[in-house]
Amino acid sequence: MINFQYARASDVADAVRMIAADPSAKFIAGGTNLIDLMKEHVERPSRLIDISRLPLKTVAETADGGLRIGALVPNSDLADHPLVAQRYPLLASAILAGASQQLRNMASTGGNLLQRTRCAYFYDTAAPCNKREPGSGCSAINRRSRMHAILGLSESCIATHPSDMCVALAALDATVHVAGPSGERAMAIADFHRLPGTTPQRDTNLQPNEIVTAVELPAQGFARNYTYLKIRDRLSYAFALVSVAAALELDADTIKEARLALGGVAHKPWRDKGAEAALRGQTASPATFAQAADLILRDAKGFTHNAFKIDLARKVIVRALTQAARGTPQSQSNKKIR
Amino acid sequence: MAPYIGTPTSRVDGHVKVTGAAKYAGEFNVPGLAYGAVVTSTIARGRIARIDASEALRVKGVLDVLTHENRPRMAAKSAAYKDDVAPEQGSPFRPLYDDKILFSGQPIALVLAEEWEIARFAASLVRVEYKKQAHDTDLFARRDRAFVADEPEKQRGKADRAYAAAAVRHKAEYYIPIEHHNPMELFASTVLWQGDGKLTVYDKTQGVQNVQQYLCGVFKMKPDDVRVVSPFVGGAFGSGLRPQYQVALAVLGARALERSVRLVLTRRQMYGLSYRPATIERLALGAAADGTLDAIIHEAIAVTSQYEDFSRNDTCWSAQLYKSANAKYLHQLVRLDLATPSDMRAPGAATGVYALECAMDELAVALKLDPLELRLRCYSDRDQNEDIPYTSKKLRDCYRQGAEAFGWEKRSAAPRSMRDGSELVGWGMATGVWEALQMECAARIALTANGHAEVACAFSDIGTGTYTIMAQVAADMLGLPLDNVTVRLGDSTLPQAPVEGGSWTAASVSHAIAKTADEVRKELLRLAKTMLNSPLAGAKPKDVVLVDGSILNKATGSAVSIADVMRHGAVDRIERESTVSFKDSNSHARNTHSAIFAEVKVDEELGVIRVTRVVNAVAAGRILNTKTARSQIMGGVVWGIGMALHEETLHDHDFGRIMNANIAEYHVPVNADVHDIDVIFVDEPDAIINPLGIKGIGEIGIVGVAAAIANAIYHATGKRVRDLPITLDKLQRPS
Repeated sequence: MINFQYARASDVADAVRMIAADPSAKFIAGGTNLIDLMKEHVERPSRLIDISRLPLKTVAETADGGLRIGALVPNSDLADHPLVAQRYPLLASAILAGASQQLRNMASTGGNLLQRTRCAYFYDTAAPCNKREPGSGCSAINRRSRMHAILGLSESCIATHPSDMCVALAALDATVHVAGPSGERAMAIADFHRLPGTTPQRDTNLQPNEIVTAVELPAQGFARNYTYLKIRDRLSYAFALVSVAAALELDADTIKEARLALGGVAHKPWRDKGAEAALRGQTASPATFAQAADLILRDAKGFTHNAFKIDLARKVIVRALTQAARGTPQSQSNKKIR
Repeated sequence: MAPYIGTPTSRVDGHVKVTGAAKYAGEFNVPGLAYGAVVTSTIARGRIARIDASEALRVKGVLDVLTHENRPRMAAKSAAYKDDVAPEQGSPFRPLYDDKILFSGQPIALVLAEEWEIARFAASLVRVEYKKQAHDTDLFARRDRAFVADEPEKQRGKADRAYAAAAVRHKAEYYIPIEHHNPMELFASTVLWQGDGKLTVYDKTQGVQNVQQYLCGVFKMKPDDVRVVSPFVGGAFGSGLRPQYQVALAVLGARALERSVRLVLTRRQMYGLSYRPATIERLALGAAADGTLDAIIHEAIAVTSQYEDFSRNDTCWSAQLYKSANAKYLHQLVRLDLATPSDMRAPGAATGVYALECAMDELAVALKLDPLELRLRCYSDRDQNEDIPYTSKKLRDCYRQGAEAFGWEKRSAAPRSMRDGSELVGWGMATGVWEALQMECAARIALTANGHAEVACAFSDIGTGTYTIMAQVAADMLGLPLDNVTVRLGDSTLPQAPVEGGSWTAASVSHAIAKTADEVRKELLRLAKTMLNSPLAGAKPKDVVLVDGSILNKATGSAVSIADVMRHGAVDRIERESTVSFKDSNSHARNTHSAIFAEVKVDEELGVIRVTRVVNAVAAGRILNTKTARSQIMGGVVWGIGMALHEETLHDHDFGRIMNANIAEYHVPVNADVHDIDVIFVDEPDAIINPLGIKGIGEIGIVGVAAAIANAIYHATGKRVRDLPITLDKLQRPS
């Protein structure tokens, strides 16, 4: 960890001013990811701007029946919030599938959006990594790539986004509210995270002088037919090999609306409008689900250590959609797969 | 007063541990303490071309940066670095000795500063240039370089011929990857510079006297000038048997600065210490159609470093355990550009018996025999290698009681024949075996007239419960309440003890305490006899015992209180110290055994594995403390779950570096992975092994567990995965 300065922002405008004045500064809220990265010398901020006291900790209903979640609402509070538990259980479930209770107590909503990849080469400053040092090369391709991407990857980077919460937010069509020097703006969650392309050093479209202030959910919460199914190398406290957020609106057996987002397979939560369109209007059945799985995975590419994820993802998608259709969402405490 | 031995006595050190009063090596504070931070190599083999510490030295608060170029004197000869448990062959690693890089993660500089944060920051500013050389870290790529290290191939009968002629044969290769110990406590040392040429070293170690002797060798110091203290250890599992480099560096720093120094390694740096060597195991079993074994061939190839031959024979267990006229076994090593491996819980057996017990399961399938029945048909009451009887072996009782508790008779034989909804259910079993070792050690007892005793020995308590069993044995032998016994351990100034390892501590120290208590008893009797009209006047030592604070004549029932005797003798303290040694008799084999039964549930479609039940039935002589012993076995089972499903140190062989050097990505079982664990101790009286009949249980809990789980996974899925860990993708591999 390098020596850094510490400053506390008094309000959002102050935070924006402070970050604009110092390009090598970083915001800190829960610090659950940033401090780890600083200890490994992956992040080397000259200054930490503490935003943990800013008034961004409320969960409130919006005029159009949605929910606005302050960027500093802790993950554990969000998962346990009655409105989330009742109306957006998919989000609650995804949050509870991630990390540990202790980490969720500290981690913030905004920070969760900004988690950085767990790619071992990104974490090891002795190894080349385009995300850490643009132009140095990707060490992960055909090396230790078990946890790496099968979709949306590039020759520059095959890292994955590690968040569970974001996979649910993607499925729920959340909007990310940010503030910057020229005021506030909103981004669809799909536009928030980026694919690696030739600039894997940029995880998101958040500008360096912007701060996440809130995440907003639309009214439709899919509380009846949903699941978050996460498959990993141990039964808790591990990052996803493949995770699936599935949400359906059913009219008897007919799918009226479908959402399907994958975690652990790409540089961002992976959604495919084509696969969802293929579900709409169809009868909920394994065959329908398999078709959607094939569609969403049609461009999947595997490497030596992660090729198994393609077939695994196909199976997990079908299983997750089956859980959602049956109204038997995966429990995050009982680890038996439903 | 009921005896304490054999009861579920709670830990006597439990209160200080849960309240935080127990201090660990990195927690001792003294005025003027300086802090160290280590810089480690990023390459696996080569030389340091240049180290530039100038930027680090400019940081305010940095006191010094030590490298091989400017460090204080250390011994040159490798013999000076040999500790009690160093491999016989090779030269131990000498930290900061020269410019040679032997493994990635090797310490190459020590930054010393006024504050830990300053030291850590400055360590990031030390610039290093290397002259790289090609390295090898991949066992599979270099298996053709295997060589015989210490024990040549051994054979009885004609194993190859018997195997070729056998009616039913099984041959396969198994693999266990490198595993790291990952104790919760980070390796740490705090060195107190006393200013009189003397040092007190608080160290995370399993052997304070081993570290003391090592430091005396490395720094040419007199034993009286180095005191090593380690009252509490937050887990070690073998990683603390040898002095680790941080203790040498902390002393080096203290000598350079002439002030006290603390050095705590990071979790990532702990992956630059020792580990369980990756091992390739080849098993060939030949049997008659009735399930009696005729040939056992076991060959292993394990990893070692380029500079020491660490060798623990994985293969001898196979030839010892089961009855077979023909057997052959050979353990070999391959040198790679890695740190030297070390003992990790049940070294050699956790890995070798994993392979043997999976192979036995596969043989049972080939024979169409129940796996438990196969073990019974091959049962031997004699050590098959030495052809001698065991001091005791109640493995049959383990099989019977374990099977009964598990409900083994309800098992349906065919793979994939048991299910629970969407999950396939599998039941597997395995045998475990370990040695019942005993080592020379000494104990001191000081009994005071107020009816209090202090019992002392230099052994460590690595969290296993040594404090507690020492107190139990002393209390019983001296006839005192447990609360009246104080235990001192983990201090090099205390009576002699070897490292705490090999499952030998309980048996060795208990025997030493019993012998010393006997001396105390004799002295009390001598004093009692001098009392006027002594009720013990005619008593012989063998007639009296110490019980309820008195000396009691067992025959007559007459007794005198210890307090009265000591008052009469005008002594306020009786102190005795004695040493016990154990003759290396070859008349009997000394082993512990176990039978493990495991249930797994595997999601048929996705391959997600849950270990839902484990029964571990253990025969390990007399159990001193059924509570701490149960915890020990449970810990072994949990680790066995990790070995079967999770643990693997992942090297990038191009970089020669460990890529999962943290406990987020190096997986060990978490609570969700652990379900019902049932521990059974079968009754195993043993009048031969030692007077108290104690065998020790530190390692036996893990042996066989991974095999039982692997066999259960086969039974559930019909899929045999022989290379650990069994991750869900391996269940999808083509057969």
